[in-house]
Amino acid sequence: MAEKTYSQAINEALEEEMRRDEKVYILGEDVGAFGGCFGVTTGLLEKFGAERVLDAPISETAIMGSAVGAAVAGLRPVPEIMFVDFVGVCLDELLNQAAKMHYMFGGKAKVPLTLRMAGGAGVGAAAQHSQSLEAFMCHIPGIKVVMPATAADAKGLLKSAIRDDNPVVFLEHKALYGASGEVPEGEYTIPLGKADIKREGKDVTILAYSMMLHKALAAAETLALEGIEAEVIDPRTLVPFDKETLYKSIEKTGRLVIVHEAVKQGGFGGEIAAMVAEECFDSLDASIKRVAAPFTPIPFASNLEAAYIPDEAKIIEAVKSFF
Amino acid sequence: MALSKEQMLDLYRQMRMIREFEETVAKFFSQGQIPGFVHLYIGEEAVATGVCANLEKQDYIASTHRGHGHGIARGASLNKMMAEIFGRADGECKGKGGSMHIADVELGFLGANGIVGAGLPLATGAGFAAKYMKTNGVAICFFGDASSNRGTFHESLNMASIQKLPVVFVNENNMYGISMSQERHQNITDIADRAGSYGMPGMVVDGNDVMAVYEAAEEAVKRARAGGGPVLIECKTYRHHGHFEGDPCVYRCDEEVNTWKAKDPLPRFVNRLQEMKMATEAEINQIDIEVKKIIADAVEFAQNSPVPSLDELTSDVYCD
Repeated sequence: MAEKTYSQAINEALEEEMRRDEKVYILGEDVGAFGGCFGVTTGLLEKFGAERVLDAPISETAIMGSAVGAAVAGLRPVPEIMFVDFVGVCLDELLNQAAKMHYMFGGKAKVPLTLRMAGGAGVGAAAQHSQSLEAFMCHIPGIKVVMPATAADAKGLLKSAIRDDNPVVFLEHKALYGASGEVPEGEYTIPLGKADIKREGKDVTILAYSMMLHKALAAAETLALEGIEAEVIDPRTLVPFDKETLYKSIEKTGRLVIVHEAVKQGGFGGEIAAMVAEECFDSLDASIKRVAAPFTPIPFASNLEAAYIPDEAKIIEAVKSFF
Repeated sequence: MALSKEQMLDLYRQMRMIREFEETVAKFFSQGQIPGFVHLYIGEEAVATGVCANLEKQDYIASTHRGHGHGIARGASLNKMMAEIFGRADGECKGKGGSMHIADVELGFLGANGIVGAGLPLATGAGFAAKYMKTNGVAICFFGDASSNRGTFHESLNMASIQKLPVVFVNENNMYGISMSQERHQNITDIADRAGSYGMPGMVVDGNDVMAVYEAAEEAVKRARAGGGPVLIECKTYRHHGHFEGDPCVYRCDEEVNTWKAKDPLPRFVNRLQEMKMATEAEINQIDIEVKKIIADAVEFAQNSPVPSLDELTSDVYCD
């Protein structure tokens, strides 16, 4: 296996899927010669030409809406919306068109598209370019929601997302694009809806995804020095959600901390906590803890932004409250 | 190209079919046999009919909340459409979509749509797919005057234009966005004027004249199919009924309604057929009788269809 960045892994998945299936095409703002705002699509224009790597005008509604139309007509679009914060300007196309067509047309239409968007704070991009908006997408029946944390997972999950016949929202973390990891060469897919135990432990379960996985793993190492062995689970996809892996872990540890970068109020952690409380209550030895951002827009000043983003110390504090 | 007698009578039959279908829906809706909302196409039949008569198997249409006429003109099953509107298991969408979401993707009917202006980017994407896959297909987008004020209109026409897509944007200007008249909702008279700002041709057509619509669409479809890019056709028309069934129509006067009813596309076309000696009164009557029977059969089919099984509630959320 070669060491690659998260960004290169996504690029590789796109290239492989475009070679595998000529119905796959990319459409987004500056995805061509510019290589995408974060460089993720670098080199694809040269490899596949302007017919398959399309620069779009600043028209998120038409990017997403035309992708939905093309998907229903038989293509496999991979539209890119530069920042997840811009999803508001093409939300109807996601919420009322892509998500609902299969159901409201009685199962006759398929919308096989993968909507890539970059989310997450940590780069000083402030309130309109830093959010984690997965929760409301998980509230829309008909779409799948994927949030990879590592380069290998990004590759394997994106390849599966592109092959999926449903609309998939693929949420990348902009501060992870440069993070490296071992990435399998060539054909490598990870099924959507399968969590990964990133670290085994017996004392507490920490469920964390996207950037927060890395903070949780760091916290787990610190906790281990103090004799607390945390099991760290990365769900990788939020819809469908792998309850089984989580519940099995809780049966072992009896304790759960959920970590996400999105604001705590109305966050997906609340849904996970409710699921566990309803279906796995007997396995719990303590109340569920959530570590998430405060209910505020994301600030610009570096010290404020750092205070906003959940960190290792907050995760450690939550875990220690059990012991 | 001049149409044959048979083609002309087909245009009449299609318009009559839509009219009969819609009047029947109105009747059963008023009796409480149809749930939800229905938005009827009565008065606008010439638009869908004249446009769709130009289409081929590989073509697509995207429709609106006022979509029954588009589906019928595209050739969707009348039985299944009626059953869908009744909310029955044998409907086009198994009773899960209803009037505002009737679709038949295999026929290239991308669906009615409950969101005003939502069909514009969908048709743009279908046109993109046709070009990308070199199917020689075109995509038609039917949309109303009010949706020409939505952002989807601007973004879709611009994108279709820069990508030179085979899309024909067919504006059905029925002069109202629900209760707001065109003169109140935009400061222009001809929506086709907007085509120029996207570098595409714009045409204004009498939308109650099925031949005029047919000819304009013929030219636009031919151009799009040949790789000439998108066209905007504005069809001036009028809905005889309210925005939805039950709409008291306080925003318009009887005089206006009657003026437009005098321009009803059906009797107008009958007169023309007779003037052109293309049809006798007996031939027209014969078509009317046949159409009545087909629609009555569709109602019977719908009424005999069971309601959907409760298993349908949670099926089809995702594809396997």
